[in-house]
Amino acid sequence: MTAALELSRRALLRAGGAVVVSFTLAGAARAQSAGQLARDLGKTVDAGEVDGFLAVHQDGAVTVYSGKVDLGTGLRIAMRQMVAEELGLPVARISLVEGDTALTPDQGPTAGSTGIAKGGVQIRQAAATARQALLKLASERMKTPPDALMMGNGGVKPKAGGKGVSFGALIGGHRFALKLDDKAPLRDPKTYAVVGKPLPRPDVPAKVTGRHVYMHDFTLPRLLHGRVIHPPAVGATLQSVDEGSIKGIPGVLVVREQSFLGVVAEDEWAAVRAARELKASWSAGTGLPGNDGLIRAIRQSPAQDETLLARGDAAGALVAAAGKAMSATYYWPPQSHASLGPSCAVADVRADGATVWTASQATHKYRPHFARFLELAAEKVRLVYLDGAGCYGMNGHEDAAADAALLSRAVGRPVRVQWMREDEHGWDPKGPPQLLDLRASLDGNGRVAAWQAEMWVPQATKGLPNIPLLSPAAAGLQQPQGLATGLITQDADPAYPVPNVRVVAHWLRDTPLRPSNIRAPGKIGNTFAVEGFIDELAAAAGADPLAFRLQGLDDPRGIEVLKRVESRMKWEPRPAKSQPAAGTVAHGRGIAYSHYKHAENYVAIGMEVTVDRGSGVVRVARVVCAHDCGLVINPDALANQIEGGIVQTLSRALFEEVIFDRDRVTSVDWASYPILKFPDLPEVVVDLVDRPELPPMGGGEAATAPVGAALANAIFDAVGARLRQAPMTPERVKEAMAHA
Amino acid sequence: MASYNFRVNGRTERVESWDPDQPLLYVLRNALDLKGVKFGCGLAQCGACTVLVDGAPVRACITPVSAVAGRSVTTLEGLGSPKHPDPVQAAFIAEQAAQCGYCTNGMVMSAKALLKQTPHPTVAQVKEALADNLCRCGTHTRILRAVMRAAGST
Repeated sequence: MTAALELSRRALLRAGGAVVVSFTLAGAARAQSAGQLARDLGKTVDAGEVDGFLAVHQDGAVTVYSGKVDLGTGLRIAMRQMVAEELGLPVARISLVEGDTALTPDQGPTAGSTGIAKGGVQIRQAAATARQALLKLASERMKTPPDALMMGNGGVKPKAGGKGVSFGALIGGHRFALKLDDKAPLRDPKTYAVVGKPLPRPDVPAKVTGRHVYMHDFTLPRLLHGRVIHPPAVGATLQSVDEGSIKGIPGVLVVREQSFLGVVAEDEWAAVRAARELKASWSAGTGLPGNDGLIRAIRQSPAQDETLLARGDAAGALVAAAGKAMSATYYWPPQSHASLGPSCAVADVRADGATVWTASQATHKYRPHFARFLELAAEKVRLVYLDGAGCYGMNGHEDAAADAALLSRAVGRPVRVQWMREDEHGWDPKGPPQLLDLRASLDGNGRVAAWQAEMWVPQATKGLPNIPLLSPAAAGLQQPQGLATGLITQDADPAYPVPNVRVVAHWLRDTPLRPSNIRAPGKIGNTFAVEGFIDELAAAAGADPLAFRLQGLDDPRGIEVLKRVESRMKWEPRPAKSQPAAGTVAHGRGIAYSHYKHAENYVAIGMEVTVDRGSGVVRVARVVCAHDCGLVINPDALANQIEGGIVQTLSRALFEEVIFDRDRVTSVDWASYPILKFPDLPEVVVDLVDRPELPPMGGGEAATAPVGAALANAIFDAVGARLRQAPMTPERVKEAMAHA
Repeated sequence: MASYNFRVNGRTERVESWDPDQPLLYVLRNALDLKGVKFGCGLAQCGACTVLVDGAPVRACITPVSAVAGRSVTTLEGLGSPKHPDPVQAAFIAEQAAQCGYCTNGMVMSAKALLKQTPHPTVAQVKEALADNLCRCGTHTRILRAVMRAAGST
């Protein structure tokens, strides 16, 4: 093992340019450069070519080139496991280059839980193709039929025994020159030796010992530190700058391009102070509704209606139900990615080309965007991914990268920009608010007969290549305009068979704060509404909430996750809110279910809470999650993602709402935008259903969807108060109790 | 330009700063190339910048460099390395207690300080000690397990 690792490390040390995170002797991740190696190989980034994704080195080590990146998600080990399994090679001999537009194929953004489900599966197919090619080469070399050969430990040898030949000897340093074969056979899941194992992630030791090179830690010769000055109001334009206001700070240069205002300095602290102290005057902003009147403003906004789903006759069935139809309004507020580290990037923009180091989840997607506003040919622009602080969709990473690019272009040297805390909370694109009106009726057997959902959400701009970035907009540079939201209308109907369903979107032309895709876009708010309202219907039917969900559910995978939660929670059937009220602190339990996007993962979440009747404070004691995403590549990394998704969504459901006035976001630090802290932490139990015979789906999103509803349902069970608006603050809980 | 002498991870360092109020964070990261310490908020709210000064946890983002003159600073790098991790770091590795890992510096340093004071804390004590260390990825359950594991082994 040690020898193999050493070889792999040396192979990588030969190289120069992109950053490769590799295993080293001590398991540390290390920034190394693979550009020279790529040039030696005449590296293609064609996703149709095996060479796009894989290179075998002379020592037999393998480098994988992935367009998808590891956002702290475990992709870095899972991807290796998938390749290792197909090639019969230890994971420690596989290096990974991620998200470098010069070296990796464009596999689309690392979003929508597609890292493994699409990116990993594509690379696995490249490895499967390579496997066949290696067997063929070995067969020719050894004059033995391919089916008499076996692969393992980085080489091919006769099944009958005898001397083998290593991958390095077969093809090391040479290209495969082979199209990716969609038909290349995959390893039989029954024989999996690496996939399905909880292998440790290669980046953790370095992260824990301060050796991991984050975006924030990356540096270059002659690097300058930059900061940007955002306007005091959204849409304000810059009128004048008083450079004399910072004359006491050494070595600072002010950069101004229309309303784009920044400073650069040799010393980072000088840049920080200059940005803080620079006096500038701005026009009034373009005006925001303020979040006090936001729900009213959303309802009154001009909207275009679209029926997204129509099955049976929901309207007719609701009319027939007459007075028995139920209705409720649910609301999920605008929320911030609130990354723990403010966004950061380094750019080196020259007359003949630009390189931008960024923590973007979408380097390939943003490359033409950067080329456009930098007025460079796309092939002259390279975006290189480096790990940032976690982003859960598109946060400020790309904005910081554009800031660095404009500053570098202005001063002719590489520039590093790191946002300050108020920049990140104030200006990262936000998850947009979601307002839903739901109506439903029950049939004579207590089953849901009709369901109607109307939602008020901003309409994503069709064909918009990217979210418009702040600094090109401020500098008056060309970029496509519009809104990006992710697919926020999915899962607005129940994940159970209902005969009459109608889902209508009231598309809003705008939303107050620049939106983006934030983890499980829309599905967290929609499932909060749908599974909360299902609970209301169960209560109206006098049914046990779990039994109500199981009745008529005919999908065995859905039934399985619900049954697992039932078993782990020792769920006793009874209707919600059926326990006698006693004492100040009430106990409750809730359950919620998601068939994610009605096409992907199956998730059930059960929750146990206490509610203080006096203060309205909710404490979550325990969360149980059963999760089926098909084939599990790495159960520990997957569980980490699910635990994280649950805890983060609890934070969003209990505490988080972006606050803004008529000018700007005012929740610009951790005091005004609180998130979950350790004392709020429940016990979290994750039960994984592994289905090796099925394709792997993503692990980053689905478990977040039922969290809000499981929480609201548990609160209802405890105190009979129905929470239909997040965050479920003590004030809102008390108000709901007063109306219960 | 004024200069300041202090010990960092056992070595005596001499750094210059044009501003005595320059936070220790920038000095450690840029002058001394110790980048384990992370900028999170600059407001002492999140804990990502935690270092030990004379063994006590301190927020480097609001601690002026002049305030540590003559004192002894320990950073994440000073505890251990990937090859020879300190017991707290080893426990974090064993529990895979990181996602993005940006908060990890503060978690490890705060845990280190806690375990020095309270070698065998209860879960509630660990939660309280880490209450002002924020994690956005939701890795709390593992961080908690890692600190309890370290408490068992130190």
